[in-house]
Amino acid sequence: MIISTICFYLFSLVAVASGVMVISARNPVHSVLFLILAFFNAAGLFVLLGAEFLAMILVVVYVGAVAVLFLFVVMMLDINFVELRHGALQYLPIGALVGCVLLAELVLVAGFWVAGPTLSAAATAPTPALAQLSNTQAIGALIYTRYFYAFQAAGVVLLIAMIGAIVLTLRSREGVRRQRSSQQINRLRSDTVEVVRVKIGEGV
Amino acid sequence: MDKEFWADYALPLVIMVAEIIAIVLPLMIAMAYLTYAERKVLAAMQLRKGPNVVGPFGLLQPLADGLKLLMKETVIPSGANRIVFIAAPILTFVLALVAWAVIPFDSGVVLSNINVGILYLFAISSLGVYGIIMAGWASNSKYAFLGAMRSAAQMVSYEVSIGFVIVTVLLCAGSLNVSDIVLAQRHIWFVVPLLPMAVIFFISGLAETNRSPFDLPEGESELVGGYFVEYSSMAFALFFLGEYMNMILVSAMTSILFLGGWLAPFGLTFIPGPIWFFLKIAVVLFGFLWVRATFPRFRYDQLMRLGWKVFLPFSLFWLVLTAGVLTGMGWLPS
Repeated sequence: MIISTICFYLFSLVAVASGVMVISARNPVHSVLFLILAFFNAAGLFVLLGAEFLAMILVVVYVGAVAVLFLFVVMMLDINFVELRHGALQYLPIGALVGCVLLAELVLVAGFWVAGPTLSAAATAPTPALAQLSNTQAIGALIYTRYFYAFQAAGVVLLIAMIGAIVLTLRSREGVRRQRSSQQINRLRSDTVEVVRVKIGEGV
Repeated sequence: MDKEFWADYALPLVIMVAEIIAIVLPLMIAMAYLTYAERKVLAAMQLRKGPNVVGPFGLLQPLADGLKLLMKETVIPSGANRIVFIAAPILTFVLALVAWAVIPFDSGVVLSNINVGILYLFAISSLGVYGIIMAGWASNSKYAFLGAMRSAAQMVSYEVSIGFVIVTVLLCAGSLNVSDIVLAQRHIWFVVPLLPMAVIFFISGLAETNRSPFDLPEGESELVGGYFVEYSSMAFALFFLGEYMNMILVSAMTSILFLGGWLAPFGLTFIPGPIWFFLKIAVVLFGFLWVRATFPRFRYDQLMRLGWKVFLPFSLFWLVLTAGVLTGMGWLPS
């Protein structure tokens, strides 16, 4: 299994390195590209863990859709990032605080798993062993059967957020001409064309 | 130790490389002759002769074109972002190639028979947009950038309906494995019960590969050539080849999802599976070329309307309908 060990170190090394590049690259577009590389390596790590479904979903959702929109926005922005970065140091304390809290929480989660065997058993109980069920079926049974209502509630929350974003950005402007296909298709000959017989020497 | 190393690592590696070459080489030839076929089909539909000078029936024309592109100079614009500029065509080409790893050519004849094969295909095809965005941005040219923006919006929009079509097929097949999806069509090809979805998949495939009538990203009459205006020589060739490779890939996906992949129709099993697969791909590809010869280019707002307001609700409705019928009749595959 030396190959999977080598792959693990390769993926994690590239993921961490590109994570560092995300925050240290001068060009914001390069930052986003490195972010995509980091996502990709995380997907590789998922595959090594035997969670190929999660890996593919990570690539489809984050790399294929979210990061595209992100890149879209960053490319269109007209901000002088060098100037913006000038005063970045004043945010260092609060950034460090958030980082420390996150690290502490991670340590707590991992520590509880190690410290309390009953807790870790409770955490892994819903997922059957990999040998019985492929991970696609396991995750499907979890989110669409066992935790169906929680999953639906999460969906509704996202939907509301989406509606909110649309409402906030929707402006009706004057003088915008839109094509209405149904109107165009349903137009009758009698509405638009009038045949007149014009006598010579007279106008219509 | 040495013997173990040879048996465990070196030999599988050699076999794998040989398999990859066995897939890539015919693919390259198919792609080269797809350009020839496109010119011949277009010519026939426009009452012209098409390429007929280089070699018998002009059959050596693709080789001559390739050689010519190789001899040209690669120009990198002075305002371009060099690394991204060079990486973009390579990315496009590589992504077009790696998707073929999970395509089965016959029962068991597949490079890597993974459990989530169809998701892998979907993921790889959703990455195709990066080559185009990176090219448009790195060129530092407004035409290239506009082309890239259009392409990004277009590919993201049509991917959604492609996703729903794939989910519908998965409901009927009951597996994410590409070979299992083909085998699920032993009794009836999915094109029969799911005909509207097959049509949506084909049209979305046209949009996803930036083919006419959805070739707005490279609309030459408005954007001079879109995202690859600044590219020349092999860098341009890689984009060009990537586009044709993606066409073959979408055709292969259409024949796997709806036309039964390598399965022989009407019990004609004496013709081997790979030939059937090739024939089905060729039929779908002919559809691509036919559409190009027939339809004018869409306007951009119409393209977006079609994607979001027609295909998305319809494929969603059909997905719910399929799920309902399968559950109601108890036809769900176990």
